[in-house]
Amino acid sequence: MFDFTKVTNWIDALLLSFLPGWAATLVECVLVALVIITLYAVFAIILIYMERKICAFFQCRLGPNRVGKWGSIQVLADVLKMLTKEIIDMKNVDRLLHKMAPFLVIVASMLTFACLPWNKGAGVIDFNIGIFFFLAAGSIGVVGILLAGWSSNNKYALIGAMRSGAQIISYEVSIGLVMLTMIVLTGTMSFSEICQQQADLGWNIFRGHIPAALAFIVYLIAGNAECNRGPFDMPEAESELTAGYHVEYSGMHFGFYYLAEYLNLFICAGIASTIFLGGWAPLHIWGLDGFNHVMDYIPGAVWMVGKTFFVVFLLMWIRWTFPRLRIDQLLALEWKYLMPLSLVLLVVMALCVSLGLTF
Amino acid sequence: MTTESIIFILLAAFVAVFSVLSVTTKRIIRAATYLLFVLFGTAGLYFLLGYTFLGAVQIMVYAGGIVVLYIFAIMLTGKSKDAQQKPIALGKRFAALMAALIGAGLLMFVVISHHFVSTSLSAEVTNESAAPISQIGSSLLSAGEGGNLLPFEAVSVLLLACIIGGLIIARKR
Repeated sequence: MFDFTKVTNWIDALLLSFLPGWAATLVECVLVALVIITLYAVFAIILIYMERKICAFFQCRLGPNRVGKWGSIQVLADVLKMLTKEIIDMKNVDRLLHKMAPFLVIVASMLTFACLPWNKGAGVIDFNIGIFFFLAAGSIGVVGILLAGWSSNNKYALIGAMRSGAQIISYEVSIGLVMLTMIVLTGTMSFSEICQQQADLGWNIFRGHIPAALAFIVYLIAGNAECNRGPFDMPEAESELTAGYHVEYSGMHFGFYYLAEYLNLFICAGIASTIFLGGWAPLHIWGLDGFNHVMDYIPGAVWMVGKTFFVVFLLMWIRWTFPRLRIDQLLALEWKYLMPLSLVLLVVMALCVSLGLTF
Repeated sequence: MTTESIIFILLAAFVAVFSVLSVTTKRIIRAATYLLFVLFGTAGLYFLLGYTFLGAVQIMVYAGGIVVLYIFAIMLTGKSKDAQQKPIALGKRFAALMAALIGAGLLMFVVISHHFVSTSLSAEVTNESAAPISQIGSSLLSAGEGGNLLPFEAVSVLLLACIIGGLIIARKR
């Protein structure tokens, strides 16, 4: 596999040749931030187009098809529209919190986005506690949602924010337990090491067989709820709450919530593909050496993005297939079924690992 | 002045400003938000020192857990947004002042009497020098020399007592 650290080391050496150490670090930080933000925007545009088309096909429609070939530049037109919209100042709201809330949400989303391992040696944030940092950074977003609901001074927004807070906090329990299950299997929390291990030994979903496959399903359900997407989109429930916590936002402030929602979907799928489906590790089938050799020629970033879009497609499929749940059903699903199931999975996985039943 | 000290000063100023704001603001939800920023700043200090685990715990437990609970509680109790604050009684003001002074005095005593080992923060303080997660985990659950099993279990009993207490208070009679 191509090791991306060659590129980063080359840039580092180039910058150090004419800059002092601190300035080189600063320039590198700015460069990485630019790359992250550009990728963030590009993936958002792709995801919104994909969502519209997939939604249309599930509902036997055509979807956007007027702007550009197959409606391909529809989303760009929407972005321009969003950018030129007025940001409305309202009376009787807490202005500071109202304006700050979208930034909290988008910062949390970008921090978690930076955790994804794109290729061998191309992870931006790569601590030895990677997964734990990912969970911690992800938990900031809920504060932004709660503040948005509170500061809008609108009862629909408030109810939406309360639902969203209850939902995200509940489903975070399942996500944490499922990730623990997989950490028991891998024995490390660093994203780069998890991917390297899967490149050497095979994907985790095959190594961990039954408990890992069940954990993957639990993760998909909980992750879908964590992103506030259907069938768990209670906070936004347009038929009851108009738009939930972001009903009072306009222009780019609304745009930030919209962006964060789609990128959270992408991040959720990206983590699923990193932890369960091997991240940038290519598909290897034991015994077929020629096939494995061909697979090694496909770059890691292509594997990573490809697997992530596959999981995104699964999540969109779920969204446009199932009807919305009620809020009590939603919480009952988590606390009465998913959480006990993930606790059992954790124990089963620990037993499998200690008895040597994994591959 | 090294890069680390510049970042430290920025973080320290950030923490100090938001600490003062969080106790001087009149609106309780803003106080909770400023507290959130204080906790971010503290997490930043841990990351600066290379203690990534402690920094992530700080964000996860305090920013993601405690502050969210505060905001939830404020939202659920509501109504107090426009409540006029009564002037605080003289006795209470005196008691608050004394508590602040004694607290500050104790803190200064501990800081001054403690002989800190002077070490320079350098580029060596990175991911590799931080204690690996496996070491933290085994030390947390070991009963041997330097193990933290007893405090760990004591805290879990405390949390259990809190949960039962909460259930009893919230129970419908």
